[in-house]
Amino acid sequence: MIVVKNLRKSFGEVKAVNGISFEARDGEITGLLGPNGAGKTTTLRMLYSLLPPDAGEIRIDGLDPTRDAMEIKRTLGVVPDSRGLYSRLTARENIAYFGELHGMSKEAIRDRIADLQVTLDMGDFMDRRTEGFSQGQRVKVAIARAMVHEPQTVLMDEPSNGLDVMSTRALRHYVRSLKDAGHSVVLSTHIMQEVAALCDRIVIIAKGEVAADGTADELLQRSGCDSLEDAFVKLIGSEEGLLA
Amino acid sequence: MNGLTTVFKKEVRENIRDRRALFNSLLLGPLLFPLLFVGMMWFLESAERERAEKTLELPVIGAEYAPSLIRFLEQQGTDIQPEPENPEELVLSQEVPVVLRILPEYPDKWKEGLPAPVEVISDPSRQESSASIRKLKGLISGYGQQIGALRLQLRGVSPQLMSPVMIKDVDLSTPKSRAILAVIFLPYVLMITAFTGATHLAMDTTAGEKERKSLEPLLINPVPRWQIMTGKMITTMVFAMASLALTLVSFRIVLPYMPVGAFGMDLTLGLETLLKILLIISPVAILAAALLTLLASFAKSYREAQSYMGLVILIPMIPSLIFMANPIKAETWMMGVPLFSQNLLIGEVIRGESVVLPWYILSVVSTLVIGLALAALAANLYNRPKLIFSGS
Repeated sequence: MIVVKNLRKSFGEVKAVNGISFEARDGEITGLLGPNGAGKTTTLRMLYSLLPPDAGEIRIDGLDPTRDAMEIKRTLGVVPDSRGLYSRLTARENIAYFGELHGMSKEAIRDRIADLQVTLDMGDFMDRRTEGFSQGQRVKVAIARAMVHEPQTVLMDEPSNGLDVMSTRALRHYVRSLKDAGHSVVLSTHIMQEVAALCDRIVIIAKGEVAADGTADELLQRSGCDSLEDAFVKLIGSEEGLLA
Repeated sequence: MNGLTTVFKKEVRENIRDRRALFNSLLLGPLLFPLLFVGMMWFLESAERERAEKTLELPVIGAEYAPSLIRFLEQQGTDIQPEPENPEELVLSQEVPVVLRILPEYPDKWKEGLPAPVEVISDPSRQESSASIRKLKGLISGYGQQIGALRLQLRGVSPQLMSPVMIKDVDLSTPKSRAILAVIFLPYVLMITAFTGATHLAMDTTAGEKERKSLEPLLINPVPRWQIMTGKMITTMVFAMASLALTLVSFRIVLPYMPVGAFGMDLTLGLETLLKILLIISPVAILAAALLTLLASFAKSYREAQSYMGLVILIPMIPSLIFMANPIKAETWMMGVPLFSQNLLIGEVIRGESVVLPWYILSVVSTLVIGLALAALAANLYNRPKLIFSGS
């Protein structure tokens, strides 16, 4: 369960996040939808305590990232915007490294990787060095290493970026399974179909502010549009960034 | 501290698989410098021998004024050449190293028993002609002394009266202490090795990690950032240390193939000496790792980091260059200056002197204090969000 209230962050003159508030409940997928540069990544970075907020309040299962950073990092699984893998390590070693950093035992890591290998269908490349991996394989490794410690709350920044159709389907399937297992999932995206297909709640962000917040149906009603895309354009008040 | 050891183990494993890291840290220094050293010694020695053995070709102007001097020079193996048209031009264009001019008043002065003038025309700023000039001047003054002694004897005076004082050399230097080149060169090479051994790792673990976009995911783990940075720095130190140890071993292996006799050098580098040198220089590896990691953390990419490193590599050269230009006697306060103290102490070890313990301790402590201060600075660098995201 994530509660964000009136979050603000500026970089010099630029107000990247200008008073964002939303909630993300357990057993639900919450989508942060917005054009490029709307402040989605900055918001997520404040959630996983990489950036300190200028103002506002964040509570993740009652914890505050600015004070309980280490505690929060233990309960969070993050697939950040940058998915850098260590190319001289195998997929298994990449995942195990993060498991060890979480203080897991060797046995626990081994068992967990065996699980993830099945869930994420990584059988044929688990023991290959990640150099030369396809985009889809990379995302799978990035997800596996974010999930190795079985986090309750999952944050994903543009998870389907650069994935082909099959990989995207597999990803959506996996995210739904997380929701069914009672996790709280927050993903950011600028892709309309993704939100429509996956998210229970949608938070539309534009220019660092929340333009609208609700289920897909609620957003359609509020805007009086037939399609989510039209609703999106109407709610953020421009077509800027949609084509990106 | 678990995070620290995890980071350390992973960095070691990853970099051992990296050919570039292995080459830069563990092969380049250990192979290149000893070979360079041996090559330099061979070159110096053969050049020296060649010059010593070569007959001096000497163009003489006015040879007819001093037939007996010319005969003396010829007896001593000088090849007397005919009078050149423009002797100054000949010397300046480096065709001959030196020209002798016997002035027309030479015979008259000679007969009167006054100093008879000759001119040695040369350009002493040319290194390669210095041996010829020295040789010619030595021959002429030898001739002068011989004639002088004869003149005194003819007048019934003992030539010994001309030498009221006699100098006798009592040489206390051991063969080891004559290993002057080694005293300058080895500390120089080791200082540079400590830095080159650390350079690649320092860049790869910081700027490289940023460039590959794996820094952000790494920092999301529940490990304090100072532990992550320290784990990386320890890896860098270990590689720098390994580079130093390998360089010393490789020196040990190539030394027997060196033309030792020519320099009166007796440098064997026994196991005990090697260990002593390693103990002295180890703190430098820590200092280098911390300094380089600190600098590389500011860079956005491996490439940018490389451009900083070019300048940093000058730092370990400074003490050696100063000592080369102006050899100084070791004093206590110098032991407080990192790089200088190691330079002096290694010099002492090679010379075969025993190292003064308080000096050693002072050298280690002062270098460690500065090294650890830099490390602490580097360890907390990633607490600044600006540095994590620069370049992304």
